[in-house]
Amino acid sequence: MSTSHGTATAVDIAAAVRAGERSAVEVLEPYLAAIEARDAELHAFNLVTADEARDAAAALDRRVAAGEDPGPLAGVPVALKDNLCTRGVPTTCSSRILEGWRPPYDATVVARLTAAGAVSVGKTNLDEFAMGSSTENSAFGPTRNPHDPTRVPGGSSGGSAAAVAAGFAPVALGSDTGGSIRQPAALCGVVGVKPTYGLVSRYGLVAFASSLDQIGPFATTVRDAALLLEVIAGHDPCDSTSIPQPAPGLVDVLDRGVEGLRVGVIAELTGEGIAPDVARRVTEAAEALERAGATVGEASVPAAALGLSAYYLIAPAEASSNLARYDGVRYGLRVDARTTGEMMEASRTAGFGDEVKRRIMLGTYALSAGYRDAYYGKALRVRTLIARDFAAAYERFDVLLSPTSPTTAFPIGDKAADPLSMYLNDVCTIPTNLVGDAAMSVPFGTGDDGLPVGVQVLAPALGEVPMFRVGAALEAAAPGAAAVRPDGEEQP
Amino acid sequence: MTTGTSAAASPVALPPYEQVVAEYDPVLGLEVHVELSTATKMFCGCSTAFGAPPNTHVCPVCLGLPGSLPVVNAAAVEAAVRIGLALNCHIAPWCRFARKNYFYPDMPKDFQVSQYDEPIASDGWLDVEIPTDDGPRTLRVGIERAHMEEDTGKTLHVGGTTGRIQGAEYSLVDYNRAGIPLIEIVTKPLEGVGSLAPVVARAYVAELRDLVRGLGVSDVRMEEGSLRCDVNVSLRPSADAPYGLRTETKNVNSLRSVERAVTYEMRRQAGLLSAGQRVHQETRHWHEDTGLTTSGRSKEQAEDYRYFPEPDLVPVAPRDEWVEQLRAGLPEQPSVRRRRLQQQWGFSELEMRDVVNAGAVDLVAHTVAAGASPASAKKWWLGEVARRANEAGHDLDSAAITPQHVARVQALVEQGTLTDKMARAVIEGVMAGEGDPDAVVQARGLGVVSDDAALLAAVDRAIDALPDVAAKVREGKTAAVGALIGAVMKDLRGQADAAGVRALLLDRLGSPS
Ligand SMILES: [Zn+2]
Repeated sequence: MSTSHGTATAVDIAAAVRAGERSAVEVLEPYLAAIEARDAELHAFNLVTADEARDAAAALDRRVAAGEDPGPLAGVPVALKDNLCTRGVPTTCSSRILEGWRPPYDATVVARLTAAGAVSVGKTNLDEFAMGSSTENSAFGPTRNPHDPTRVPGGSSGGSAAAVAAGFAPVALGSDTGGSIRQPAALCGVVGVKPTYGLVSRYGLVAFASSLDQIGPFATTVRDAALLLEVIAGHDPCDSTSIPQPAPGLVDVLDRGVEGLRVGVIAELTGEGIAPDVARRVTEAAEALERAGATVGEASVPAAALGLSAYYLIAPAEASSNLARYDGVRYGLRVDARTTGEMMEASRTAGFGDEVKRRIMLGTYALSAGYRDAYYGKALRVRTLIARDFAAAYERFDVLLSPTSPTTAFPIGDKAADPLSMYLNDVCTIPTNLVGDAAMSVPFGTGDDGLPVGVQVLAPALGEVPMFRVGAALEAAAPGAAAVRPDGEEQP
Repeated sequence: MTTGTSAAASPVALPPYEQVVAEYDPVLGLEVHVELSTATKMFCGCSTAFGAPPNTHVCPVCLGLPGSLPVVNAAAVEAAVRIGLALNCHIAPWCRFARKNYFYPDMPKDFQVSQYDEPIASDGWLDVEIPTDDGPRTLRVGIERAHMEEDTGKTLHVGGTTGRIQGAEYSLVDYNRAGIPLIEIVTKPLEGVGSLAPVVARAYVAELRDLVRGLGVSDVRMEEGSLRCDVNVSLRPSADAPYGLRTETKNVNSLRSVERAVTYEMRRQAGLLSAGQRVHQETRHWHEDTGLTTSGRSKEQAEDYRYFPEPDLVPVAPRDEWVEQLRAGLPEQPSVRRRRLQQQWGFSELEMRDVVNAGAVDLVAHTVAAGASPASAKKWWLGEVARRANEAGHDLDSAAITPQHVARVQALVEQGTLTDKMARAVIEGVMAGEGDPDAVVQARGLGVVSDDAALLAAVDRAIDALPDVAAKVREGKTAAVGALIGAVMKDLRGQADAAGVRALLLDRLGSPS
């Protein structure tokens, strides 16, 4: 399949289109064909905007013909998680409650992609309001893993991960609140990045948990991920939590190697609860980095184990408030009733799925009078504790290493009935969100089942440069990385 | 959004006010919301202008659309700090916004961005002057806090009879007001004022209004809702007893109403307590027309607002130097200003007190600035204008007449154009919306030009001086009157209306005009 796409990476596509060697329309068509051929099975997309994409590509080609430079992502097809606002294009968050809603504005990241010449091919499936780790909580049905359609792609950005893994788009955007980019990236065998909190504007990302949410890229290569992040990062006056700094240069650091970098393997996230085949890949990754010139040691982040508990109080608490606005009054689903109050209740009852309701209830409880300090308050104190432990670890190490997910992709339906075992999927990724640091997942071989394994590279806030250097080194050393393709085909 | 469901106590008689204050000690709390007159809203760039067509001053942010994020309006923070400083408050070096969560259709996000346990200003005071039989008395009202928040939209309930949500067929929501910056100023419990409680409450709101107006951060117009007051009232048997259960009366939207609402609540609660019933801790609504409060939402079934720090906003951290700069730039305190003006105007204590009590300090000041003498400015505002405003149930400063109008009326009186009686008619006309004083004079045919003794004398002098010309005019050669007009104008050094003089001459000489 990959061969039918010609130049497969965003970097190559943009270079070819900018140079006038290939047209954006030519680039686009094979991707649309791939979607046409296989998305009915995988359901990576909630909406494919083929016509709009063709129009955008044609317009781009006219600009190139007129001697303009459309930008660093010229002609690069991109898939957008369906919780990113797109002007005039339905944005559903995979929820019935947003039925019929078309945002009157573009998310900042969408505007930046467009301005850089990228061409959106559609909106990808997710767990409803990004709440989940398997994309099974979508109101529109699950997404399937391109490597094995009986398995989940991970979540909540499962649609974006599957789209990139299946060759529906060379790159995609997702959002990561507790691992929602990194875990599906690992399970689908692609690169996924959760940038430092505040590096990428959240304006136009439909909020799940505001203090944890962060938008980031999916790509088949570390270089593409770096390019995409360069385009979307940087201060946005519309998001006051965005860091008042320009985007860091990342593509240019990838060839610097890891000589002299200090890498710590997190002891607490490589032992109990981690599948042995996954743990083994992390060890191999550490060894590969050592061979490449890094100093490798064991790091300890004791409070990281508490992350899951703190997360499942803080995230639902914020979500219970963020999702209050879906009340049937202004947009989306309205179920009529006798009084306004009853209308709100009926609309929310019909519009939200079980997992969303579960988290709204958890969060409402955690913030209630008399419980607020014991639950929400305590979780905040734990959050501080975790930050302190990470800060201590980063005094000794430039980056840390762990598995991204405790296992490879699990079968659809396996954990759907057991929320707790589902939540455990995010044990390795959650601490980074709580602290506001950066982390990325890089494919590193397969598990015993032949399915992709991701290794997580963690870095302190604004530590994207060392993180990407290590990511590039892991990509270069990954066993059989190129062999992990949806159709089992080797890349040339 | 449940309203009006708390069990109604059987009606009890309202005891006389003297009896209430003899038997009970009132404790007050006042919460005042001031709508800031910033150009844009608290968290977005939409206009705050009053009176636009519904839902035209809105954007994704103030509509709370999915994905939108707030950004703090620096001008609103500055206004909040200046109000805090003027109220002698401590300004927090670091504070956050909080979300107050509850469902209501006129709140776009179903939470209000406010401040909870980290207000920008806290622990201050405001001195108010109360007239008593023993002369003016200054009382210090403690300020608990002043914090920033966003206003909600406005719901219009259509159908039904009450205009309330019960019984309405449908409701329309206007979000123009949603997100307009508010400062909420909360007093500490105000106790030990006894029978003066209603007067103190009114004087406090008036003083606060003058102070905020002096800062230039709000229009503070109670009728338009840019200053809104909620009054908390409770009674206890004596000053050393614990606080009684309190009611919070909302919708008190004039200075008079503040005084009346406190008086009414004291009497109502005393009636309940004296009849052996209990006061329900609840929200009550003030009705301007009937002078009554009615039960609203009961506090016992009140919602749990689940406050938590607003994660979409960064903390507000006013730098020391900036705060000190703002402090140095504060205008004169209203009480200091009043003393200065009293001196400038040459008013006695009693005269100044009348002006203050009428809420007319600014009005008189502006009228003087427009050219009137202090005594005449005071006379009109506290006399004719006050009488008519009172009849219409308005506060003086919302009467439909400006200081410029009053100064013009006084000028016309001093010119001899208007008699005192005519001036009152002009004021009535202006307040009835007939236009400015000159327009009213013209439209109503008021004015003393035609029978001005000096003018008539000049006309007679001209006729005597030019008998030949006068004779021609008498014979019907009216074109000859020009010479007579010229003589009159010259005599009066041009201080007359030529058309009026012509008519007067023709009248005098018995010629058709
Ligand atoms: Zn707005």
